[in-house]
Order: sequence, then C-alpha cells, then structure tokens
Amino acid sequence: MPAPAVLVHDLVKRYDGRAVVDGVSLTAERGAITAVLGPNGAGKTTTVECCEGLRSPDAGRVEVLGLDPLTDARDLRPRVGVMLQDGGLPTGVRALEMLRHVASMYARPRDVGELTERLGLESFARTTVRRLSGGQRQRLALAAAIVGRPEVVFLDEPSAGMDPQSRHAVWELVRELRAEGVGIVLTTHLMDEAEDLADHVYVVDHGKVIAAGATRDLLETGADGAADRTVRFEATPALDLGGLRDALSGVGAPDGAAPGAWAVAEPQPGSYTLTGPADPATLVALTTWLAARGVLASRVTVGRRTLEDVFLDLTGRHLR
Amino acid sequence: MSANPTTPDAVGQSQAQAVELAAPAWRRVVAQTAFETRMILRNGEQLLVTIILPVMLLLGLVLTSFVDLDTGGATRVDFVTPGVLALAVMSTAFTSQAIATAFDRRNGVLRLMSTTPLGRGGLLAGKVLGVLAVEVVQVVVITAVALALGWQPDPAGIPAALLAVLLGTAAFTSLAMLLAGTLRAEGVLAVANLVLVLLTVGGGVLVPADQLPGPLEHVALLLPSGALGEAMRGALLDGSVPPFSVVVLLGWTAALGWGAGKLFRWT
Repeated sequence: MPAPAVLVHDLVKRYDGRAVVDGVSLTAERGAITAVLGPNGAGKTTTVECCEGLRSPDAGRVEVLGLDPLTDARDLRPRVGVMLQDGGLPTGVRALEMLRHVASMYARPRDVGELTERLGLESFARTTVRRLSGGQRQRLALAAAIVGRPEVVFLDEPSAGMDPQSRHAVWELVRELRAEGVGIVLTTHLMDEAEDLADHVYVVDHGKVIAAGATRDLLETGADGAADRTVRFEATPALDLGGLRDALSGVGAPDGAAPGAWAVAEPQPGSYTLTGPADPATLVALTTWLAARGVLASRVTVGRRTLEDVFLDLTGRHLR
Repeated sequence: MSANPTTPDAVGQSQAQAVELAAPAWRRVVAQTAFETRMILRNGEQLLVTIILPVMLLLGLVLTSFVDLDTGGATRVDFVTPGVLALAVMSTAFTSQAIATAFDRRNGVLRLMSTTPLGRGGLLAGKVLGVLAVEVVQVVVITAVALALGWQPDPAGIPAALLAVLLGTAAFTSLAMLLAGTLRAEGVLAVANLVLVLLTVGGGVLVPADQLPGPLEHVALLLPSGALGEAMRGALLDGSVPPFSVVVLLGWTAALGWGAGKLFRWT
C-alpha cells in the first residue's frame, strides 16, 4: 500500500517553551482534500510548516509521501508544492516572470500559459508583485505551488483576501488536482471553505485536534443518518437544558425519535443550540416550552449543522 | 482503502526518479543567478548604490581636489580607481545583498524558494553568483570610466586584483548574510547603508589607512574595508597584494561566515 500523502503523529512544536502544536496527529490521503480548520493561532500554520520541512518538530513524527521532510528534503522538494500564508513572492518581480522562474526549477513543469489562463493571471501578468491585490497574489502563489506537478500540495489559507469569483476558480482547480490524484492539505479558518471543499476535516484549537473525520460525518451526526439541523436561540441564561430536551424529544414521538436524538447545549450564557431532527413542530415545542416559563427568545434561527456549530459545541467559542 | 487514482509507478518513487522531477542542479542555480542579477539591476535604489555612487566618487576624486590625497607619486586616477573598485564590491556584496536578502526573508521568499527543488543551498549559490555577476557589470563600467580618465593599471596585478575582489566579496557577503538573517528588514536597510557610509569615509577604502586621522590609522587596516582597499591598491599600483590584507579578509570571512551560519534565521 502506498504511503499516505501526509502522516503526522503526535507532533509537538514549542516556541519559547510554549507548545504551539501540542500532540497533533493527522493523515491526509492522496486524491483527497484535507482541511485543517481552526481559529488564528491554533497551530495550523506551524503544523503544515513542519510538513513542508520549514520547521523541525520538537517531538512526534512527520512523513510526507512516506519520507521525512527534513532528512529527505532533496527527494521531496520536487514532489511537494507549497503555498505560504504570506505568499513568499519577491515584490520587485513581475507576476508571470515569477511563475516562469519557479517553473524553471522543475524538469517537466505544467504549461505556464495554460496555468496563467486557468487562474486568470493574464490581466496582471506584467504587473510587479508589489502592485498586485491580495487576491491576485494568492492566485499567483497557488500557480507557483502547483506549476511543478506536485503529488502533495500544502495550501495555507488559500482564499484569504480573494474575491468570491477567484475563490471559485481556485476551488475548481483544487478539485481538479484531487481528481488527478494529488493529496491536498489546506489550512483555513473559513467554515464554508472546509465544508464545501474538504473530504476530511481536522478541527484544531490551542495546538490540539479537537475533532476529526469525514466532513459529512462531522456535519451529520443524526441517529438515522438523516441530516441534523441546528436550532439556535438566545434567551435568559441558565434554562433547564434537560427539561428542554425532554420537551423536544416528545415532539417527534409519532416518528419514534429517541429521547437522545436531541443535543441541547448552552455554549455561551444565554445562547443555546439544539441539534437534532428538526421539523416544523420543533419550533412549536420550543416556543411552547419557553412560553410556559415566561421566557421570550430574542432570536431563533434554524440551519443545517455547520462546522461552526461543531467548533462552538466543542469549545464554547466562535471560530472567529 | 478508498480507490486511489494515483498510478502505482508514481508512488514510492526511487531517489533517481525523484531527482529527475527537478531541473538539473546547475540549471536551477543558473536560473536563480539570472533572477537575482535582474532583480538588483532593475532596482533603482540598488543601482544608485552599486553603480552611480562609485562612478560619482571616481569622477569627484579624480577631477577635483576637495579631498587631499597623498598619492605617493602616482596619478590621481591610478591611486583612486582601485579604492573605487573596492567600494563597488562592498556596495554589492554587502549593502545591496543585505537589503535584498532581508526583504526576501521578511516577505517569505527565502522560505518559499527553499521548498522548491532549488533548496537553501541553491538559493545561497544563486545569491553569491548574482553578486559576482553584478560586480562584473560594475567593474566594466568603472574600468571604462577610469580608462577614459587616463587610468593605467599595472597589468601584472590584474590576477591579484581579481583574487582581492573574490576575497572581499566573501567577507562582505558573509557580513550581509549575518545582518540580513538576524535583524528586521527596516533595521538592515538602515544599518547596511550607514555602515557603507562609515566604512567609505573612515574605513580605509578610498583613503588609505595610513592617511586617516588618529587611531583610525591602525583600526582601518584591521577592518575588511581597509584590507580590501589595501589589497586592491597593492595589486593595481604595485602588482602584488599585501599578505596581511589577505589574512585579514580571510579572518573576517571565517568569523562572519561562522556567525551567519549559526545565527541566520530563515523566518
């Protein structure tokens, strides 16, 4: 069996004695998109930098295509593409000139003209990097990351500063790479990017993986495999969560919803999330239950469970 | 395991196959050298320091006598040109390279290029060769101006002068890397320019150490600038490089190179 694209086991990295990455383990397969999702400062960038051979781990093991990013760097570099968070593009060079320069490092790079067209770089091909917008720089950096036909690509916050249109073009290209068998690891703090793009998600916080799995599994935790929905409302703090859950579970009784079908939480005082098989009757049950206690909800929303909810459930904090 | 579209032979490539994915090492270094050279020659501020400033000093020192020089019997142009060439080496190997590398470091360019097949070694080689390429341009321009002013260098000293240029380049590139790899980019910008001015005025480059006032007379001989100035004048005026200057330059290269190797941070 071929080695996975990336294998990280119990990775620890400390800066000045503080563990920024504190025991992270993750696997990224070839031909799949793996997202490392978390707030700023969670240790995402440090984790991928250890995979890129830019930092040496303090403990744990990192393998890329079965090789060590530090000791096997010479063999790995032609097979790995990197898009850094800060771009890494020299400011005085023209966009196309930079892409051609990076391409010249490889024996059989992608066709620069075709890549330029794909990512819409023509309009600023002769503009110096200094004068490019954030989104234009990001697209150029992505082009530079994949021009060498890598087998593994690391994208650190790829759509930061991008307008929706170029974001879409980038996502399309990333999906295409996946179809070609490339293993893609991307870090992001954007839930929708992880949800729409990634096959697997690792949610990290304070240097630890707090949730991991196939994106679908993380989003759909319903008892019968049905997509769960989340009802969120704001009201007075410290309501009786157990009582509320019982009230909600009674609702679906004709359909046989189990008492445990509902997850009820108060991640922040006065802010509640109800996750379960929501239907129109759910709202009736909720407002009835609240009315019986003389509580007026200030806001009630219904939505599919998102990675934001996953993060909120686990940490009690919003991702951003 | 899920279906994997990667073909088996693309997986677990042997070292020989992996190396073939990259362009040959010499081509990578040549590409990086050309890239670095273009960047320097295209940058207005860098050109000012590396080409225009030395030429202006050459013209000013030869055509005017604001600066009193004891030429020891030589013509002013014969006496001044070796020092101007030494200054040109310092401006490119030190000031220009320190600033360029510091901003590359801040902008993540060093990290990005070190993840490509170029690697850190190729990047460094490209930078050093880029410095030498710019120096070729400088030498051609300064020599042309000096010859037009009537310069008559000692032909026997030309190989020795080239050796001095290489030694000076090694010492000052090491200093550039030490600064660029340890200070903030803005700090390097300030320090690299300031040091160049100080060494030009009192470092024994244009004005020989023995004509400097007070303790500078002795200090300048031990500085890389003074040693390079002495070596260039020795070669092109007398046909030989003073051994002491060679020892000083080698000493600085070893010390600064060691320091840069120890302290250089890529991020």
